[in-house]
Amino acid sequence: MSKKNNILDEVTQGEYKYGFVTDIETETAPKGLTEDTIRFISGKKKEPEFMLEFRLKAFRHWQKLKEPTWAHISHPPIDYQDIIYYAAPKKKKELESLDQVDPDLLETFKKLGISLEEQKRLSGVAVDAVIDSVSVKTTFQDTLSKHGIIFCSFSEAVTNHPDLVKKHMGSVVPYTDNYFAALNSSVFSDGSFCYIPKGVRCPIELSTYFRINAANTGQFERTLIIAEDDSYVSYMEGCTAPMRDENQLHAAIVEIVAMNNAEVKYSTVQNWYPGNKDGVGGIYNFVTKRGMCKGTNSKIAWTQVETGSAITWKYPSCILLGNNSIGEFYSVAVTNNHQQADTGSKMIHIGKNTKSTIISKGISAGFSNNSYRGLVKITKRAGNSRNFSQCDSLLLGDKCGAHTFPYIKADNKSSVIEHEATTSKISDDQLFYCNQRGISTENAIGLIVNGYAKEVLSQLPMEFAVEAQKLLQIMLEGSVG
Amino acid sequence: MLLNIKNLHLEIGGKEIIKGLNLGINKGEVHAIMGPNGTGKSTLAAAITGREGYDVTKGEIVYKGIDILEMPPEDRAKEGIFLSFQYPVEIPGVSMTNFMRTAMNEHLEYQGKNPIPATDFLKRMDEKKKIVEIHSKLTNRSVNEGFSGGEKKKNEIFQMAMLEPTLSILDETDSGLDIDALRIVANGVNTLKTSENAFIIITHYQRLLDYIEPDFVHVLYDGQIVKSGGKDLAIELEEKGYDWIKQENENY
Repeated sequence: MSKKNNILDEVTQGEYKYGFVTDIETETAPKGLTEDTIRFISGKKKEPEFMLEFRLKAFRHWQKLKEPTWAHISHPPIDYQDIIYYAAPKKKKELESLDQVDPDLLETFKKLGISLEEQKRLSGVAVDAVIDSVSVKTTFQDTLSKHGIIFCSFSEAVTNHPDLVKKHMGSVVPYTDNYFAALNSSVFSDGSFCYIPKGVRCPIELSTYFRINAANTGQFERTLIIAEDDSYVSYMEGCTAPMRDENQLHAAIVEIVAMNNAEVKYSTVQNWYPGNKDGVGGIYNFVTKRGMCKGTNSKIAWTQVETGSAITWKYPSCILLGNNSIGEFYSVAVTNNHQQADTGSKMIHIGKNTKSTIISKGISAGFSNNSYRGLVKITKRAGNSRNFSQCDSLLLGDKCGAHTFPYIKADNKSSVIEHEATTSKISDDQLFYCNQRGISTENAIGLIVNGYAKEVLSQLPMEFAVEAQKLLQIMLEGSVG
Repeated sequence: MLLNIKNLHLEIGGKEIIKGLNLGINKGEVHAIMGPNGTGKSTLAAAITGREGYDVTKGEIVYKGIDILEMPPEDRAKEGIFLSFQYPVEIPGVSMTNFMRTAMNEHLEYQGKNPIPATDFLKRMDEKKKIVEIHSKLTNRSVNEGFSGGEKKKNEIFQMAMLEPTLSILDETDSGLDIDALRIVANGVNTLKTSENAFIIITHYQRLLDYIEPDFVHVLYDGQIVKSGGKDLAIELEEKGYDWIKQENENY
């Protein structure tokens, strides 16, 4: 048995060794959080009065709140007065060519199949004047504006489309929602804004990559997506490439509004720095993501592949307000070493004949803890509603944990809720079977894990899915290269 | 000699299961290994294929002139040793096609060759499926998941056909098969048999040997080969059972 254990150890003790060397001159706010900090941020961003008011209200509310303790995670107390809440990156130090980039990082890019242009962008290499990505971006912007689609940074939206921001910001995730939502609403730095007009089917997958000025979004990101009647958009956030950040605390908000017959697909691949092998460092990721199916027949689908961060606290949810509306949640969460993830979804059925699906696949390795936490609530008036939940856990090794915390509340008799849960391990029999056919143990684990996560991966846009598959394998391969 | 097992001793959890076993196999030969339950037949298969937890304490297994005891199981597989499992393992979510393609490409890489193009691979799958009469849709399903007993065994022979091993070990491939499936499996093996490969057929019963004619029959009892002979030995065992072997050996 000793050899197998070695392999499992190797596989599960892999260290995240890629990231970015950031040497950025910043114009920073003083440490700590007071009303003055908020005014400083809002002033720096030259925001209209309504934004400042929103921030201050959120801050005053936040001061009354206590950090939640119900999640199955543990970390040293966060000193909120020891954090710098505003740091405008002036200019990234640019490298002259890819030769100057950490070869390990390049190796990872290669394994993930990231294009050379993209590699340069991600690793901060200066790009030539005639590069594809700029022209590609411009082309995309042209295409989008032809359809009347607005896709810009949150700050730009505040300046150029204040009415839309005013109307929808906080309508899905009010600043009173939770501790981290209140914090984000007070100090958010920037983020993305997306508006799809009535009857428009967005012709391309929207990715933050194609948003000009997307580079500096910072630790308190805020995204707002509005899909008007009969519109459609598929939105991709994050990337499979490893991301490092000096800021340990991240608290983002994503709000989606879907009107009559509108459909929004939101896909995330998150690969933030998870800390070292002993659990030191790493990003704390406290995210509030929620979509509101406001119109009848509207649909919101969340798909996430979570592999990074020391702590993940995240429950992409749907409020199914419109009759016949549909909410979906597909998730793969991988934890290794000392990572902790408490993630899942909430499906709140309010409209009649509403449907929701939750497919959650947790993979734990090393000493990590991986929890699914979900709420399915069917209100009295949500007659004939349906939910199907499937929460599976896969364990690698015997020092990690998998937990499931499903909450179900049904207030009418015509609705149906189904919940399935399984816990499994990659068995020695499976590994030997693969070995006997000539497949190495590492590849066998990759094959089995990807098979296990297939239902979720197949929901991702094509190019994302291929990268995510490789990412899962690399993640569990541990230190490669 | 393709395979030469010399004075093999093997323990599982400190208990000696194989106690000085000798066996030599040449290319072009079919050897049947018979014997009562719990005498070490499947253990022998595990030892040859390199399964973990089977500790060889003494002796050697020489394959193609090399002692393979230190070789990891996947390399033994890529050197052409194939095991048709007594209990094929289910791998949920992994399609047979994907599984087989991964396996084939690992074999090709080991041989320093390029991966097989998708179209060639699918063509090869179709050809080989015919050998064991398995349905096309079976290969779209997850590895062994929801397969009937017969389908699982046919699927093992299908994989054998795909990988074209030099030494194939069939571990009780006949158990749980109805007469039609047995015939199909046996035909498959006979089709794949050449002068360049060899087979070890582990079975309790003479039944399978009616279809696949062995060159040699060995009786394994208490961790040793206690009797060897030709096809007639299998018939004798079928008639008399294993008790006379037991008695013969306990009289020593």
